[in-house]
Amino acid sequence: MAVAATDTHRAIEAVWRIESARLIAGLTRIVRDVGLAEDLAQDALVAALERWPASGVPDNPGAWLMASAKNRAIDRLRRQKRLERKHEELGREIETRQAGAPGLDDAIDDDVGDDLLRLMFLSCHPILPTESRVALTLRLLGGLKTEEIARAFLQPEPTLAQRLVRAKRTLAEARVPFEVPRGEERNARLDSVLEVIYLIFNEGYAATAGDDWMRPALCEEALRLGRILAGLAPEEPEVQGLVALMEIQASRIRARVDPSGEPILLLDQDRSRWDHMLIGRGLQALERAERSGGATGPYALQAGIAACHARARVASETDWARIAGLYDALAGLRPSPVVELNRAVAHGMAFGPEAGLRLVDALVPEPSLRKYHLLPAARGDLLEKVGRFGEAREEFMRAASLTRNERERRVLLGRAGRL
Amino acid sequence: MRFMVIVKANKDSEAGVLPDQEILTEMGKFNEELVKAGVMLAGEGLQASSKGARVRFEGPKKRTVIDGPFAETKELVAGFWLWQVKSKEEAIEWLKRAPFQEGEVEIRQVFETEDFGAELTPEARQREERLREQIAGRK
Repeated sequence: MAVAATDTHRAIEAVWRIESARLIAGLTRIVRDVGLAEDLAQDALVAALERWPASGVPDNPGAWLMASAKNRAIDRLRRQKRLERKHEELGREIETRQAGAPGLDDAIDDDVGDDLLRLMFLSCHPILPTESRVALTLRLLGGLKTEEIARAFLQPEPTLAQRLVRAKRTLAEARVPFEVPRGEERNARLDSVLEVIYLIFNEGYAATAGDDWMRPALCEEALRLGRILAGLAPEEPEVQGLVALMEIQASRIRARVDPSGEPILLLDQDRSRWDHMLIGRGLQALERAERSGGATGPYALQAGIAACHARARVASETDWARIAGLYDALAGLRPSPVVELNRAVAHGMAFGPEAGLRLVDALVPEPSLRKYHLLPAARGDLLEKVGRFGEAREEFMRAASLTRNERERRVLLGRAGRL
Repeated sequence: MRFMVIVKANKDSEAGVLPDQEILTEMGKFNEELVKAGVMLAGEGLQASSKGARVRFEGPKKRTVIDGPFAETKELVAGFWLWQVKSKEEAIEWLKRAPFQEGEVEIRQVFETEDFGAELTPEARQREERLREQIAGRK
């Protein structure tokens, strides 16, 4: 009996994972308050936890949860008559809609995609601080528990819970509309959605061996969110670009550390350990970006670079000229010292070490790269290739003193020693 | 985690009879839902075993090719999906929504990388401890 109850609880958790975002999105459209919508959905979940262990999981659990939540919404609105006439109207509206019962669920199903997209835009609204957008997105769209989000971001659960409460209050107080923004605003708002998803991905990607498993799981969450978004807005090239970038980066997760947990640089990775199915998915997403308006945005450009590496069966087959061109475009769009450094390396690989060295030398005075070991490492490599061995040796020694990665330090000292 | 969902053959699939329009439409809808939920990684249907073959291995050298069809219909694979989900229960929940009318469909978990979690090598653990000491020392 106890076992059966636990099984049902697991099944309910799975139903929640599948249905919660749609449920909350649909309810938000009806009650116009995402906090209230989440409460109603949660109440429906509690009801399911009470009933289903005895009755079994219903055939259409999503519809059950929705019906239960809607009834609660009506009860709640009736009880709060004193609040506002508007609420009454809403209550009546729901009732009338429910009177035509069979049609209602269809209407909600038809609209469900739009509602999910609205919920994504709402959770990533620029009125919220970035970390709140991330937390709210994982909570409302990922269906993650507060505890799981807290663990993934190495933060105390009460802090996270507080952040979520404040975020929902901010959205309510500012009366942020539940809508998909149009025109110019749409692009800016979409950037925020993409940024949030990529932040989640990178948080997971940065996780190291020994971290709580919830951290690397963030990569999967971000991929899922990206794939959902790509289903909702397939014509947006940057959505496809971001998905392509994440799929291809995720394809290297297996190959990027050695058995002792030390990172392995991209060009040294065992390519047979790359996940070729994810690469295939990434390349397809990139093609879709190209077809729907061109892979010219920052995510699609980065995906293009990742794709050049992914297409090369061995490191020496890498199309560096193409990578250099993509970095040129990226540096024009999103200039940063790190992009410049990568661009210099690509130029060095594509057009000879002198070309790379010219670009790298220009970066030496850059204050933000002063402690960045990859700058002297790259410069040392180029200096060695043009035969300036003394300077190359100094740069390798400097890079070795700056890196925190033991394996990399040994490699750099080895290179210095051979000069 | 990933699951492979294995659909077994039946008389029709082995006879090369394609599912009727209604089933194909239903299946298309289900696939679309899987894609929209970010669950579907891959999925394919397989042709009848009469178009396939087997290679039997005996010892280091000997290989015998056996052409299809193969007799044990219910044991044959007729199609598969690869799903990305959070738990086995989620995979089961999804599978329950598939528009099959009969037969059994199997769910099997795919081996994942062991580059995180409890599968740490002693070296990695040592390295972690060193890192933690460093971080603690810096504060």
